[in-house]
Amino acid sequence: MNAPRLGIASSVDTPRVGGIRGVLGGTGGALQKAGIGLALIVLILLASVMSPYFLQAGNLLNVARQVSIIGIVAVGMTFVILTGGIDLSVGSILGLVAVVAAQQLQNGVGALLVVAIALLLGTALGLANGLGITIGGIPPFIMTLGMLVMARGAALTYAEGQPVSLGDAKERFSWLGRGDIAGIPVPVFIFAIVAVVGIVVLRFTTFGRYIYAIGSNREAARLAGVKVRAYTAFVYVISGFLAGLTALIWISRLTVGEPTAGTGIELDAIAVVVIGGTSLFGGEGGIGGTVIGAMIVGVLANVLNLLGVSPFTQQIVTGALIVLAVLLGRIRR
Amino acid sequence: MDAEEMAIEVGANQDAVILEMRGISKHFPGVQALANVDFQVRAGEIHALVGENGAGKSTLMKILSGAIQGDVGEILIDDQSVSIHSPQDARSLGIGIVYQEFSLVPALTVGENISLGWFPHRAGFVDRGATEREARARLEELGVEIDTSARASTLSVAQQQLVEIAKVLAMRPRLLVLDEPSAVLGGTDLERLFAVLTRLRDRGISIIYISHRLDEVFRLADRVTVMRDGKVVDTLPVSQLDHAGLVRRMVGRDLEGALVDHHGEPGEDLLQIDHVCRDGVLEPVTLRVRRGEIVGLAGLRGAGRTELARCIFGADPRSGGTVTVGGRVVPPGSPGEAIRSGIGFVTEDRKTEGLILNLSVRENVTLAGLRQLARFSFIQRRAEHRRVRALADQLQVRAASPSVAAGTLSGGNQQKVVLAKWLHTDAQVLILDEPTRGIDVGAKREIYRLMREIADRGAAVLMISSELPEVIGVCDRILVMHEGSMVGELPVGATEEQIMTLATGGAL
Repeated sequence: MNAPRLGIASSVDTPRVGGIRGVLGGTGGALQKAGIGLALIVLILLASVMSPYFLQAGNLLNVARQVSIIGIVAVGMTFVILTGGIDLSVGSILGLVAVVAAQQLQNGVGALLVVAIALLLGTALGLANGLGITIGGIPPFIMTLGMLVMARGAALTYAEGQPVSLGDAKERFSWLGRGDIAGIPVPVFIFAIVAVVGIVVLRFTTFGRYIYAIGSNREAARLAGVKVRAYTAFVYVISGFLAGLTALIWISRLTVGEPTAGTGIELDAIAVVVIGGTSLFGGEGGIGGTVIGAMIVGVLANVLNLLGVSPFTQQIVTGALIVLAVLLGRIRR
Repeated sequence: MDAEEMAIEVGANQDAVILEMRGISKHFPGVQALANVDFQVRAGEIHALVGENGAGKSTLMKILSGAIQGDVGEILIDDQSVSIHSPQDARSLGIGIVYQEFSLVPALTVGENISLGWFPHRAGFVDRGATEREARARLEELGVEIDTSARASTLSVAQQQLVEIAKVLAMRPRLLVLDEPSAVLGGTDLERLFAVLTRLRDRGISIIYISHRLDEVFRLADRVTVMRDGKVVDTLPVSQLDHAGLVRRMVGRDLEGALVDHHGEPGEDLLQIDHVCRDGVLEPVTLRVRRGEIVGLAGLRGAGRTELARCIFGADPRSGGTVTVGGRVVPPGSPGEAIRSGIGFVTEDRKTEGLILNLSVRENVTLAGLRQLARFSFIQRRAEHRRVRALADQLQVRAASPSVAAGTLSGGNQQKVVLAKWLHTDAQVLILDEPTRGIDVGAKREIYRLMREIADRGAAVLMISSELPEVIGVCDRILVMHEGSMVGELPVGATEEQIMTLATGGAL
């Protein structure tokens, strides 16, 4: 057969060309990250020029607080997307955990125990996703779509469609969402810790290396002895865990657990990840980009608010930003 | 023109040449795929086209089908010069091609598949009745019974093959090309295919039949054209040939002699394969590879060599048998276990299975043995850099730096990265599947040298190769497989003829 000969033709020894392409290939990711970093800086400059309120401490903290909620979810989403998967269920998991945790608090269960229950519940739902995908062989889109509907239904059922008040626990459970450490809101701290841990795991651990390997070429990773199924399942566990964590911040901040909490947050998170330069096909990108992506979206929403642009128009801008980010990424490549 | 009419016309001039390809050459970067090829097909004959992998058969057929264009040369149909620039051109000239890969749409019915692209319709709606009638007629012509309303996905492979042929026949070709149709068929299905082809020929349709199975050539074909290294060696009636004569024409090139030294006495058995099998693709195979030994695994494509390698490595599940390395049993079905047992596997497809092209050379080299470089799951960067640099130096990998993406390297250097991966895991058993495919000559020599070095250091090496000079020149011992079974073993000094005879189902 002659197909292999075509192979020869395309892989003739040309070290010099390889070298040049290698240099470009090696810095492509860095270029991309520099690109969105630059975009964020330009956006901040523009914002501060266009609105005098933007740079005020109160406003910046407000932006940071808003960014942190979506950011924590997006860190989990980054892990999932790096493997080439998707997790549509984070918003619903957030909602279910929110009502369950709120009810327990209302019942007088201790705050620490509620935190444990909430994180465990998020983790368990993430594990269900992971097992369905790896053992069951269900495509991630379908499995997590099913979970999205199920968990939301469970939240509505559990709360009988009504918001669940934290009751007397309102004040003793206020620190997570409304507290601050040295003037910095606690959610921002949590986001920072989650992001740093995520970056360290992805860059410096074997697990992180395996995630990129799996997302780039599942079969080659398997043939190198990587436990593809276990690691794939685990990213959904991470995503579920972080959705549970976000739910705690959410109810602490709003002092109520709504069964509809987190609706649509999965799409915001995916948008942030994509704007941050992570490829939906997996294997490329990282949490640094996701953090910047979250900030871009947060700053943009904030400045549009300050300028009095209607929320409806804001959606148009955000949508265009997603398309533009990916388009720029493509052109650069 | 309908079939009967055509038969009468053909009967009138039995030896009429309906297709002539004259002076066809095709050059791919780095390879002369076809060099001044002349090829003729007569009306109403089954013409076998044979040759080793890479001989140029498929390129020639791709030119005929319009998939690619020749650099020079002329194609004549009925003595009229024609130009074929697209598959549509070929079709309108009456050339029908049945490809190796089926092109049926699984979700459509047999009838819909057969008439795909020109559905009988009425007022914009597909006329189901007419579609099925048409399909039934085509299948009847073939003398086969397949439910035309069944979905293609429910058919057996053999049935799909027949539907594929029916689909091509529906375009009323005068010349039918089959590219290794038997690769997926066995026993009775093959008999049925032969009966169909014979019937088509008797009806005046000319058939070009590409096959690796020489016994089929003798059973089926009227004439045979042998290709080798992009040239036509010979065209002659099958009746003037025997098995050995055909093999000689296929491989008859000068031997290149030993490519590496066969030195050192091999040590004890290291890799032991006992009755390893996989239902449907691999009969029970038993073999031994000793320390310091390079064993070649020869055979035709589809003989089960890759399947055997994948079963040993745990890439595919096996239905039975045991694999041991140095007396330690290797659990089945897990590449991770195989690697821990000291097995390394250089896959046939470097780009999709061997390497992760967008990851760096460094990350590729250490992927299979990352744990050795990690403390509490944290990769020890400095140790990793040191290790990779040492391996890259040892194998003389030419890359701008270990941080460049593996995909930017040349084929030879990519293969060295794969080898480095298994040197890093300190594999005691190395299985290589077509390790020099797509690699230029200089790099091939380096790969051979590295294989010998690895063996000399006490590893057991098992190399699958379809290039006979390579098998003969590199290996200390040659095992030959045919249709999923181990059919023979040859010592150093075996000839290409001996290997091909065994590989094509003959006896020495």
